[in-house]
Amino acid sequence: MKALWGRVSARPEFITLGLIVLLVLGVSLLEPRFFSPQNLVATIRTTTRLGIFALGVLLVLAAGGIDVSFTAIGVFALYTTTTLTLMFFPTAPFALMLIVSMTLGALMGLLNGFMVWRFAVPSLIVTIGTQYLFTGFLKTFVGTKHIMDIPAAMDSSGTASLLQFSTADGVRVTLPLLFLVLVVTAVLTHLLLTRTLMGRAVFAVGGSSAIAGRLGFSVRTVQLFVFGTAGLIAGLGGMVHGSLNRLANPSDLVGTELDVIAAVVLGGARVSGGSGTVIGALLGVVLVVLINNSLILIGVPSTWQKVVIGGVILVASGVFSKRSGA
Amino acid sequence: MLSDGHIRFLIIANGLILLVAALLSKGAFLDPYNFQSMATQLPEIGLLAIAIMLTMVSGNGGIDLSVISSANLSVIVAALVCKALFAGADSSAQAGWSFSVLFVVIALTVGTLCGLLNGLLVARAGYAPILATLGTQLLFLGVATVLTGGPAVILGDIAPLSSIGNGDLLGIPIPFLLFLAVSIGVSLMLSRTRFGFRLYLMGSNAKAAHFAGIQTATVTLVTYTIAGSLAALSGIISSTRSASAKADFGVSYLLIAILIAVMGGVNPSGGYGKILGLALAGVALQMLSSTLSFIGANDFLKDFMWGLLLLLSIGLTDSSLFKTKPKPAPS
Repeated sequence: MKALWGRVSARPEFITLGLIVLLVLGVSLLEPRFFSPQNLVATIRTTTRLGIFALGVLLVLAAGGIDVSFTAIGVFALYTTTTLTLMFFPTAPFALMLIVSMTLGALMGLLNGFMVWRFAVPSLIVTIGTQYLFTGFLKTFVGTKHIMDIPAAMDSSGTASLLQFSTADGVRVTLPLLFLVLVVTAVLTHLLLTRTLMGRAVFAVGGSSAIAGRLGFSVRTVQLFVFGTAGLIAGLGGMVHGSLNRLANPSDLVGTELDVIAAVVLGGARVSGGSGTVIGALLGVVLVVLINNSLILIGVPSTWQKVVIGGVILVASGVFSKRSGA
Repeated sequence: MLSDGHIRFLIIANGLILLVAALLSKGAFLDPYNFQSMATQLPEIGLLAIAIMLTMVSGNGGIDLSVISSANLSVIVAALVCKALFAGADSSAQAGWSFSVLFVVIALTVGTLCGLLNGLLVARAGYAPILATLGTQLLFLGVATVLTGGPAVILGDIAPLSSIGNGDLLGIPIPFLLFLAVSIGVSLMLSRTRFGFRLYLMGSNAKAAHFAGIQTATVTLVTYTIAGSLAALSGIISSTRSASAKADFGVSYLLIAILIAVMGGVNPSGGYGKILGLALAGVALQMLSSTLSFIGANDFLKDFMWGLLLLLSIGLTDSSLFKTKPKPAPS
């Protein structure tokens, strides 16, 4: 029993998986509609949007930081790219728009990384500041109107399907092609964290930046790298989000960052740094999405949702902080 | 006092803002009425900033992200209980007094309990402060939403209670007097009591504090509990000023409260922070906000300015600015 607990606590994503299974079983007993293809695809759609951001959050958490500006970066990159495209190159291919959006995101992320490294202040404080900076700049200088008339390439990429079928009652269900973006980003992040020297450096700095520095890892490079990459991923996530919703809304996303951070923590990444896996982060996202979906499905009033999520964060992070070596 | 470079910088900044504001508004800024209205607005955020400052000083990544939810939950519980108890009561002066006293007592109690819960999570259960107060932020907001169902609870104009937020004494708004009293009280607590000494020592080096025989868990617990009470006081001022209480009131105050603390020279990594610096930063920001309103800036531009100021004050208050190698980064 003790050996089993040791193995489970070394791989916290098993706990997350267990919670998902319990939740699915529980909710499907209460509400058989839970297993409908529509609900499954809806879950995947939401997981795609949140999951991409979660990968960036994971990188920062693994390096011992926290980033609450990624939603602002995502929406800034999305809206600015859309505006620029409509202004100068309405027929731009989607790949070009992604590159612009990711570049904008990476630049904003580098600003976070620079501030955190240079002034040695907690990254929470820095990224709260940049969150306001980016959204304030966006709404003051770029625009405040919703853009419904998005560029053609965004529209077609957002509606392109990977898989499409009709259910027995004639509802057409579409699994979006952009789901693949999540898959590719997840695989790349996983390889980065587990197979490269940079991945080791990220975990080393997250465990203890002083010791990592003495071991010869460059703390500056790691800080700039994780925040820059998190920004790049946020730029990608923002573009995917906008394409799936077929809308560029400057007030979107900001305010949901805590849900994503909570999801990554539920997947076993410690806020104090030095741990976390891609599969755990994605399972955490699925868990949060499922909790939100099933609360609605089994008829829990929406007023209770914050209580439930807040409670889940507290209970789950308590469980994870107690695991061996913590 | 003037030997402290940061305090000197803040005093100069205040003077400059005042000068620019007076010029831009062609003197209208210097109207006593404007100062009165600024002195009414500052305390709500100022008290939240003191709460955040105390948790930051305690070190170990200390911060209280739940202050606004705690403030709102406190006054919502107080408003609901008082309204239920006094539903059929006459509008006599005596009923007004009982309502007011009960309201204040309940709000402070709930706020203190919110702070105590944060303190228990951080000090006893070993949660990272960010995570604990992030969870309780959602929890308190959620409970407040469940209790009210969403819309604001209307307090109405109840005789002595509403003067907490709206009244004045010899022309000085009562919220400002409360803020002044709390500032002096906390300042004395930090500089003259054993608790203050222990808090600073723990914030600069928790291990040394532990080996010096300081009960770090107790100091942490007390710090977060005080933060909760201060949040409730802020809630009492804002709810009596607007005569209502709402679950998601003033969510954007959080950044400004953190900004005031950081601009005031509080070290977010713990161990340092002075009330005088915080108060000067608060006044500077309040004047800046009023100036921006005077010249017709919208909220988005203000958000941008607050974000920029937070980053600038991180850079400017950093003593290692002209050094080539930074301190090892805690994140």
